[in-house]
Amino acid sequence: MSDTATSDALPKPKRDLLPVLLPAAFALLMLPLVGSASSWATLLAASLAMGMMIFIMASGLTLVFGLMDVLNFGHGAFIAVGAYIATLVFLPLAGWSQADSLLTNLAVLVPAAVLAMGVTALLGLFVERVLILPVYGQHLKQILMTTGGLIVAEQTLYALWGPQIIPMPLPASLRGSFIFGEVAVAKYRLLAMLVGLAVFIAIQLVLNRTKIGLLIRAGVENREMVEALGYRIRRLFLGVFMVGAALAGLGGVMWGLYREQVHASIGDELTVLVFIVVIIGGLGSVGGCFIGALLVAMVANFGGFLVPKLALVSNILLMVAILMWRPRGLYAVTSR
Amino acid sequence: MSDLLTLTGVHTHIGRYHILQGVDFAVPEGQVTMLLGRNGAGKTTTLRTVMGLWPASRGEIVLAGERIEAGTTPDIARRGVGYVPESMAVFSDLTVRENLVLGARDRDLDDARLDWIFGFFPALKRFWLSRAGSLSGGQKQMLSIARAIVEPRKLLLIDEPTKGLAPAIVMALIECLKEIKRRGATILMVEQNFHAARELGDTVLVMDNGAIVHRGAMADLAADVALQERLLGLSLETHQ
Amino acid sequence: MMILSGDPPRSRLLAVLLIVIVAMLVLTPWLFPGAKAMNVAVKICIFAVLVASYDLLLGYTGTVSFAHTMFYGIGSYAVAIALYAMGPSWAAIGTGIVVGLPMAMLLALAIGLFSLRVAAIFFAMITLAVASAFQVLASQMSWLTGGEDGRTFRLPELLRPGTVLIDKSAFGFEINGRTLTYYLVFVVSALLILALLRVVNSPFGRVLQAIRENPFRAEALGYRTVFHLTYANCIAATVAACAGVLNALWLRYVGPDTSLAFSIMLDILLMVVIGGMGTIYGAIIGAGIFIIAQNYLQTLMGAASSAAADAGLPLLPGLLHPDRWLLWLGLLFIASVYFFPTGVVGRLRRPKAGAA
Repeated sequence: MSDTATSDALPKPKRDLLPVLLPAAFALLMLPLVGSASSWATLLAASLAMGMMIFIMASGLTLVFGLMDVLNFGHGAFIAVGAYIATLVFLPLAGWSQADSLLTNLAVLVPAAVLAMGVTALLGLFVERVLILPVYGQHLKQILMTTGGLIVAEQTLYALWGPQIIPMPLPASLRGSFIFGEVAVAKYRLLAMLVGLAVFIAIQLVLNRTKIGLLIRAGVENREMVEALGYRIRRLFLGVFMVGAALAGLGGVMWGLYREQVHASIGDELTVLVFIVVIIGGLGSVGGCFIGALLVAMVANFGGFLVPKLALVSNILLMVAILMWRPRGLYAVTSR
Repeated sequence: MSDLLTLTGVHTHIGRYHILQGVDFAVPEGQVTMLLGRNGAGKTTTLRTVMGLWPASRGEIVLAGERIEAGTTPDIARRGVGYVPESMAVFSDLTVRENLVLGARDRDLDDARLDWIFGFFPALKRFWLSRAGSLSGGQKQMLSIARAIVEPRKLLLIDEPTKGLAPAIVMALIECLKEIKRRGATILMVEQNFHAARELGDTVLVMDNGAIVHRGAMADLAADVALQERLLGLSLETHQ
Repeated sequence: MMILSGDPPRSRLLAVLLIVIVAMLVLTPWLFPGAKAMNVAVKICIFAVLVASYDLLLGYTGTVSFAHTMFYGIGSYAVAIALYAMGPSWAAIGTGIVVGLPMAMLLALAIGLFSLRVAAIFFAMITLAVASAFQVLASQMSWLTGGEDGRTFRLPELLRPGTVLIDKSAFGFEINGRTLTYYLVFVVSALLILALLRVVNSPFGRVLQAIRENPFRAEALGYRTVFHLTYANCIAATVAACAGVLNALWLRYVGPDTSLAFSIMLDILLMVVIGGMGTIYGAIIGAGIFIIAQNYLQTLMGAASSAAADAGLPLLPGLLHPDRWLLWLGLLFIASVYFFPTGVVGRLRRPKAGAA
């Protein structure tokens, strides 16, 4: 393609970088408050790891909303189901998981994650067809239907697995920490960061470099025109919904390992965090969701360290502050 | 010459409003058919109904011998209909290139065809990698048309392309559309600018109150000032 | 009823149903003086108020709030803390009300002004976040709220079970402080529901419905939608707080599980949808059906579950376990949103819609 044409005539569109600087500024601000550099670094690592996990769970929700104006209140169910499915692999293969070999450990971890994602993707297919399609375009009913779906999913998990907490210990080679000078970073946190970053990059690549990604971005802006160009956006939406569900499932597996236990209530627990992240980021914006997840995790970790009493309320304060500044979140994508 | 598109007794409701009240017309293949009429007559609704964006509540729409009134928008588009909506609807978050990539549904962008398009709209080449949102109104209109013709289409539905554009750009647009027509496209176009309509149109339809009130050759209407006055009132004079 | 069953007007059936429920509630202390029946009856009264006030939001304005239990909890905690701290006096109850209701209203005002201004969809998410934060706050501030254990307190002399007002010898039943509390709850609940009925049938209520049907049109007609929605939110919150006060008075205890838990929010949603959104009457029907099911259906499920276990069927015992009753209600909820979104009342009021 010849694109040597002069493109100097137009000013480059101004990138809105302020939100990007926010997490960095926040982290730096915390340094003098925390005092010790090594605890600061540990807290930062914890924030990044937690932020990445929340981002993985939230990214699907925000895309689904952006593309089709569908708000899935049952998104947390995918998280919980993902975590439970992982126990199906982890518990029978506990020997491999606790063996002192990275390769054997991965032979448990990877299939567990893949299976969890596969099952949650299929569950996503079912939810989209049964709960969302019939009430498409009606917000009120969508919220009610998906909330009902959350109840049913959670209760089914209790019925199948019982109400007790299921332990899911970390594979042996992911225990312990890497030591960088005075700073200890838990191996699993590093892994969580890497996976989160990989998911973020993968989403960005798909959105910016593939035709499907173009269609998603175009659909977020003008669904009707995408259809008028001859693309079946409903199928695209179903695909995005399933991928979002699978990512939530992956997030659930990672969260379960992070906590080393699984319980059906993680769905409810994380739904709130995920919602706050999605609102902060701006409904529909993946980049905003990424920054929102980092901010929420930082506020939770640093806030928990500095003012333990404020830990969970701090997220609300963060949300209020962000919405005061930008009423539609950091990056307002849709005009809806 | 056969008709590419025919509408028979088409009614469209939007909410409680009965917009199209029995629309009948045919669009002959290889011709440019102009759809004229005052604001609110139902012109845009007609195009949207053909495109399947608003469902016809009654009547028949036949494209190339097949009924399409129950089809979904993507299916209708895939039968070879290109649509340039009134609001242009370029994807402002995407670059010019990305907009055209989406216009090319079936294959990759074709360099020869792109050069042909750049011949009419050099601005698109200049701003190839710029965000469509940063283009001017005229450039967006060019992009919107280019997106509809970046692959050959049987039928183009174009909604008021000259609206709000500077005269020089209108001239370029008319040239482009003439060229597209010469290449054998069939066009159904809504237009308020009578000058542009006269330049391009072969046949003309005039709508009022959700129905066709006049149909005939463009040349006849262009020659008959009294008829213009009666059918179109002053609404078109202002654009001359 | 036998004679009318040929072709009774559906609304008449609804009227009969309501009369039966109300009559049962009035007569409960005489007919079923046991503690369980009284508890069920009180719960129906209180939840009817809570659900009716929620219906003002969900049914009449079409906004989904997940913070309704928070307001309910504020009412409960305000009275409980006052009674706990000031001792069992009427002044304490008064203080609790004077502090609790305005607090609920102001918080509703703040949330409304903050989130309704942007988009209705935000409202649902933000209320969910705020409510969960409040729940955490309540369990963390244990010096005030008693934390997870909650607070147990005593009522003024007159309302205590030990206070015998009319001896058994007079009517054959004893009327004591507990009976009095029961009727206090019943009467206040009835008044609140009548007040809500008044609100939704006022011009204000009609504006709310106009907003629900078409917010843009309502705005174009000159109604400030944000103002009206926030106002409705404040009324709903205040009434919910009143229900919370009643709840605390009856239980003589307040804790996160009885007044703040997210499961109560889900219960309210289920009741309003099953009863019928946008009807107020649906609240009474929904609360009645739901609470009776909650208390008696579980026994039935327990029997079915053990029967299935005895028969050696797989899965079924787990699915039918009494603790899983919410699973079935969840399915019922989805089915009702889908198949009869107008709920029981909507069905009864519309004679055409299929054979009942």
